[in-house]
Amino acid sequence: MVTTRWWLRRAGLGVLVIWGAATLSFIGLHLLSGDPARIIAGGGGAVSGSSEQILARINEQYGFHEPLIVQYGRFLGQLARGDLGMSYQLNQRVTTVIVDQLGPTVALALGAAVLGFGLALVLAVGTAGRPRAESLFSTLELLFVSTPSFWVGILLLTVFSFRLGWFPVFGNEGVASLVLPWLTLALPITGTLALVMRDGLQRALEQPFATTVLARGATATRLRLRHALRHALLPVLTLSGWTLGTLLGGVVVIETVFARAGIGQVAVTAVNGRDLPVVTGVVLVATVVFVVINTALDALTRVVDPRLRGVPE
Amino acid sequence: MTPPDALLSVRDLRVRFTTRHGPVDAVRGVSLAVEAGRCLAVVGESGSGKSVTARALIGLAGSNATVDATTMTFEGRSLLSLGERRWRRLRGARIGFVLQDALTSLDPLRRIEDEVAEPLDVHADLGRRERAERVRSLLGDVGIPDPAQRARQYPHELSGGLRQRALIASAIAAGPSLVVADEPTTALDVTIQAQVLDLLADMRDAGTAVLLISHDLTVVARMADHVAVMYAGLVVEEGPAAQVLHEPVHPYTRALLAAAPTLDPRGPAPTQIARLAPPTTGPGCPYRSRCALADARCHGELPALRATGDGPSLARCWHADAAEPLPTPAPRTVGTTTSGRRVVLEVDGVSKRFRVPGGGRRRAVDGVSFSLRAGEALGLVGESGSGKSTIAQIALGMLGPDDGRVLLDGASWSELREPDRRPHRSRIQLIQQDPLSSFDPRFTVERIIGEGLGQPSRRGAAAHRSRVVELLHRVGLDATILDRRGPQLSGGQRQRVAIARALGPEPEILVCDEPVSALDVSIQAQILDLFDTLRRDLGVALLFISHDLGVINRMCERVLVMKDGAIVEEGPVGDVLHTPRHAYTRELLAAVSADPATGRTPVRTGPTSVPEGRPT
Ligand SMILES: Nc1ncnc2c1ncn2[C@@H]1O[C@H](COP(=O)(O)OP(=O)(O)OP(=O)(O)O)[C@@H](O)[C@H]1O
Ligand code: SF4
Ligand SMILES: [Mg+2]
Repeated sequence: MVTTRWWLRRAGLGVLVIWGAATLSFIGLHLLSGDPARIIAGGGGAVSGSSEQILARINEQYGFHEPLIVQYGRFLGQLARGDLGMSYQLNQRVTTVIVDQLGPTVALALGAAVLGFGLALVLAVGTAGRPRAESLFSTLELLFVSTPSFWVGILLLTVFSFRLGWFPVFGNEGVASLVLPWLTLALPITGTLALVMRDGLQRALEQPFATTVLARGATATRLRLRHALRHALLPVLTLSGWTLGTLLGGVVVIETVFARAGIGQVAVTAVNGRDLPVVTGVVLVATVVFVVINTALDALTRVVDPRLRGVPE
Repeated sequence: MTPPDALLSVRDLRVRFTTRHGPVDAVRGVSLAVEAGRCLAVVGESGSGKSVTARALIGLAGSNATVDATTMTFEGRSLLSLGERRWRRLRGARIGFVLQDALTSLDPLRRIEDEVAEPLDVHADLGRRERAERVRSLLGDVGIPDPAQRARQYPHELSGGLRQRALIASAIAAGPSLVVADEPTTALDVTIQAQVLDLLADMRDAGTAVLLISHDLTVVARMADHVAVMYAGLVVEEGPAAQVLHEPVHPYTRALLAAAPTLDPRGPAPTQIARLAPPTTGPGCPYRSRCALADARCHGELPALRATGDGPSLARCWHADAAEPLPTPAPRTVGTTTSGRRVVLEVDGVSKRFRVPGGGRRRAVDGVSFSLRAGEALGLVGESGSGKSTIAQIALGMLGPDDGRVLLDGASWSELREPDRRPHRSRIQLIQQDPLSSFDPRFTVERIIGEGLGQPSRRGAAAHRSRVVELLHRVGLDATILDRRGPQLSGGQRQRVAIARALGPEPEILVCDEPVSALDVSIQAQILDLFDTLRRDLGVALLFISHDLGVINRMCERVLVMKDGAIVEEGPVGDVLHTPRHAYTRELLAAVSADPATGRTPVRTGPTSVPEGRPT
């Protein structure tokens, strides 16, 4: 019962967040960007010599002459049907633009998330409670966290692509082209999650129940994997918002550095060309992904920690 | 001393910890023997090395520990220089271990069934069905009602008593021949204590050897066949339970027995133990600075453990034979009248309800009113779940009442908004039942106590530190533990650090929620004396919550008896404890009437007869 209420609450909250993001994008679209008809007609930056007729036709087609509130209503209506409108520049539906480019980005982000989490797991479980290894690796992890990822990307490219020629320098061909982007995107995540996980493991290993477990004849490995790890996952799950943010932001940087096609590139191009429906679309897709994954991870927290289940918050 | 058929026999056990501040000799030569079907009790004050001894017996003394003994055999095999793999084969399978800190010794993220079955998972390879069945029968064996349902629950959904029994079920799951129980009844209600002890007694009667560690002499008197008294890492007296408890020969044992809180209206005598002296180091008897009989020989040379007079006991004292009477202690001074003083805390018609899982609400506190005067000690007794801690939370302003109000020094308190309340928070401080949960395990003692004093300015740092040291002295600790962390302190040391922290901001009122229930009697006596001093010197008022009527009798002038959220009886301690009017008060009194000197109580509650379902 508490669980049903929790899900309803979270769903409501998610809808609210998505609506907020949509509204903000809409306001941005209409207040900050000048005359959209000119952007469409000019195909980008400078507008010159577009005849009044063309502008009028564009205004007619996109409905820019109607009162804002009507446009807002129509925008929300389309949104509810999953329609993000037409791109100003690509002469395609925004949904098509995004869906076409989603694949490579998902492969990049998902792979980096799995890699980042996996590396963090190995580092934390392997070194928690072993003072020497611990101080060595936490220094390394701090380094991962504090180095800007474009710099890491360039470094990796220089060494492994230009010098050694192991991986392609850019492009979207196959898994080989994903290795360096994955690594670049995963490192800051590995760094943070490993630090947090190790700390959680250590706290768990100091609790009285750890002695109980050993007193039952369990091995130190069993204590770590069957008991302490669950405790260490809780703070990691709490950080999921941060991790997602890093991933989504990182995608843009990585796709630029490695010249990969994907949503990040779509977003960069759209921002440069002031193709505001596409920008809005990317923002909304990112928001939905964020809300859905965050909710799923919060639900997972409640599975891992039974103590939270009785509490509706 | 070692019977030939002893199951476990240890000679001259020594445990040394290597710490950043040099070595700590926690155990300095302990010899023990436990036979099948018998119970050996180890008693002694906090920090005397009881838990370290127990952990050394299963090879878990700690990574910074060096363990050494002349002999250490279990089931006929030597445990000395046993490899890790061999140790694991014993742990959980042949030796079951019930840890101190019972309430935090189960993994909170795993179901009871998985916790109970872990020794089976490790040592036996059972099928799913068989495992589930075994868990159910184990839970039944330890007197947990509704085992099938309980097995699916998590530790936080069980009350303290049920958790303790689940922990015992896990310790005996693989059928060990020896069970080591470290303070198995600390922090439990008297009625539940009795059930847990009966359970251990049943196991002993069924042939299991029990090594019971306790600071509670009532518990020891009920259970033990044989008693070993520890002081400063040494066994100072040992012998048959009746002998040690009735005719103690070592001055420390005698003081320990005299310090046990009782229901005697005169209260227990403040004894020599109550002098706040830690054990003396260096050669000579470690008890010498507290001992009324100490002479030159005691200062120069450590006595050996040897037979005394004609009794079967052994004692480590030069003057054990003399059995000189200890100087009679002065009568206690509690009872100063406070009725004319100003009221510092007024609780007026307070009620509180909580939502319970599955809908509905439970009334935790129901129309409670009382007032507390400056320098007064007011007792609040009742079983767990009767609403005592909720009252404490409301008095502290950490929980708002649904009805009624709380006044602090005549001014509104419960009705204030939090920002208005915060500046006054230091005036009313809490001392908790479970100090471990309130310390960050990585903070040093200095930091824990320092936090209560606010941030030191750069120039004030030295003064800050000296204030921390002063607070430590107040609670009978010294500066050597400033750099220790929570997990490196013994149970009693931790509680004293918590008290020092609460004293930091110089509060007017201390709300003490079971402040001494985790302490052994001698430290209990010291802390209770300390509370007396604070009241007398600083006029601090105490709201003293305890399930221990002996402690309440020792400490308080007035007492409130609580049941199901309401106050059922109230009055001067002497009247309430000696001519109780309410049936519930009489029941509480009956449950504690076991006297350490007279042995086992007549009370025997069937394990399943008490409603025990409520989550805590
Ligand atoms: N890992 C450790 N490192 C350093 N010192 C330790 C460690 N564990 C215990 N000690 C010290 O050993 C001494 C004995 O502690 P122990 O826990 O055995 O006391 P105890 O008799 O069980 O007390 P209590 O009744 O309070 O539980 C204490 O001074 C304690 O601070
Ligand atoms: S040896 Fe001396 S100091 Fe120690 S307990 Fe006996 S009389 Fe007291
Ligand atoms: Mg202990």
